[in-house]
Amino acid sequence: MKDTATSAPVIEAKNLNLVFETGDGPVQALKDVNLTINRGDFVSFIGPSGCGKTTFLRAIAALETPTGGTLTVNGMTPDQARQARAYGYVFQAAGLYPWRTIAGNIKLPLEIMGFSKAEQDERVNRVLELVELAGFGKKFPWQLSGGMQQRASIARALAFDADILLMDEPFGALDEIVRDRLNEEVLKLWARTGKTIGFVTHSIPEAVYLSTKIVVMSPRPGRITDVIDSPLPKERPLDIRDSRAFIEIAHRVREGLRAGHGDHE
Amino acid sequence: MRHVLPVLTVLIAIIALWYGAAVGLNRAWVYDQASRAGVEPASGLALVAETWNQERPVLPAPHQVAGELVKTTFGMAPTSKRSLVYHGWVTLSATLLGFVMGTVLGILLAVGILHNRAMDMSVMPWAIASQTIPILAIAPMIIVVLNSVGLQGLVPKAIISAYLSFFPVVVGMVKGLRSPDQMQLDLLKTYNASAGAAFWKLRLPASMPYLFTSLKVGMAASLVGAIVGELPTGAVAGLGARLLSGSYYGQTVQIWAALFAAAIVAAGMVMLIGLMERRTLRKMGMAR
Repeated sequence: MKDTATSAPVIEAKNLNLVFETGDGPVQALKDVNLTINRGDFVSFIGPSGCGKTTFLRAIAALETPTGGTLTVNGMTPDQARQARAYGYVFQAAGLYPWRTIAGNIKLPLEIMGFSKAEQDERVNRVLELVELAGFGKKFPWQLSGGMQQRASIARALAFDADILLMDEPFGALDEIVRDRLNEEVLKLWARTGKTIGFVTHSIPEAVYLSTKIVVMSPRPGRITDVIDSPLPKERPLDIRDSRAFIEIAHRVREGLRAGHGDHE
Repeated sequence: MRHVLPVLTVLIAIIALWYGAAVGLNRAWVYDQASRAGVEPASGLALVAETWNQERPVLPAPHQVAGELVKTTFGMAPTSKRSLVYHGWVTLSATLLGFVMGTVLGILLAVGILHNRAMDMSVMPWAIASQTIPILAIAPMIIVVLNSVGLQGLVPKAIISAYLSFFPVVVGMVKGLRSPDQMQLDLLKTYNASAGAAFWKLRLPASMPYLFTSLKVGMAASLVGAIVGELPTGAVAGLGARLLSGSYYGQTVQIWAALFAAAIVAAGMVMLIGLMERRTLRKMGMAR
């Protein structure tokens, strides 16, 4: 699975610390985090709330600033990477502009980045097809279901060809059935585009099903307790979740979560 | 059509109350006249009829006000100085000019507050202070000061209108421009979008519902400003002048007709903004 010859570190964190100053004193959101993510990896971050998984993703996206250690994205600082538009970010809510059509929403980053009109249209059609929303470009967001809206927001993040896709619990608000479908689609998307994906979730099956690398985190202070390189093949039908290998990884993730949780709760 | 019955019921109740109040308030004058003439005052239905048809009643009856409204609106050439259309237009033109000035000023201030920290900290207290001063006190001074630099007629009144109408626009637009949540702003940050792009693509469209609400309040305030601005100039023209001359000569029917004319103009303008609001929001896909 792991091909060291072609894989180069895309994201590298060394002794990363992040402390929030709050009214009740400092909160250690990340403590001594070390992680290397290679090109083409699908990395899931899993852990209970407050474990720093979202904070870590936001730090990669330069939406939070670490207070110690080093973090590089494509060999640059996260802020340089942000200015080079190195990644697309998908939030928990689709966050589509209600006054723009689906196509208009996908054009938003393209307009800001100054793509030509023809190029915008071409890209909108391509990513709509990629997330299986072809033909919905002229609809307004409220005319689409929650799952379709979230697919449109993924299309928006894909439109400008960033090679890193960061997703913060993108399907957290959707029901199980829609979620399964979208998980399958994300895998297909990943296979077709070869992007490096960072994916925050609190669902164990979701993490195991999607990832080549599962990062188990625990709270107070937020830290990494286990990193699992998945032995599952790249080709993953939904029923792989009944396989022995799958169940073993899920078990190891659960163990990691339990160990990290300690006797806090 | 289901709304007609409740609306009609309330309307009839108000008119009935009004007629009743007219009897109570105008009765004293009937008794007074009778005792001066040394005759028995009228009673019963005759008394009621007298209280409803006086020339200068304390409270004119609805049909008197309606009659005066119709007579001075449709019964006279619109250029006549006794026509309500003439006076209404004088006030409306000042209102509209002041409304546009106030709206532009309000939006500019809101944009300044959004993008400039010093303005953020300092403008709002001044804006609030400006509204705590009674407009009736400051209007004559504005008229006098502007008159001394040669400005007369429409513009001073419009400035008083703008003085009242910029405030709701500032408050509404600051709220509207700040209405996008952190996630929306983070998203634009991941695109490395400039503040300008964030303004035009996110903040301004998101503020539209707030803007229209403010415009409705601002329009009503603008009309009040124009009317108040007509008072210190000595009853030259406009609905304010009608109110003032009516009170000079005890023409209560004229006062009430002018009041209703003002209310009708205000309601019409606010409805017009409501129509624009619905069309704009529908076009933007924000109204279902």
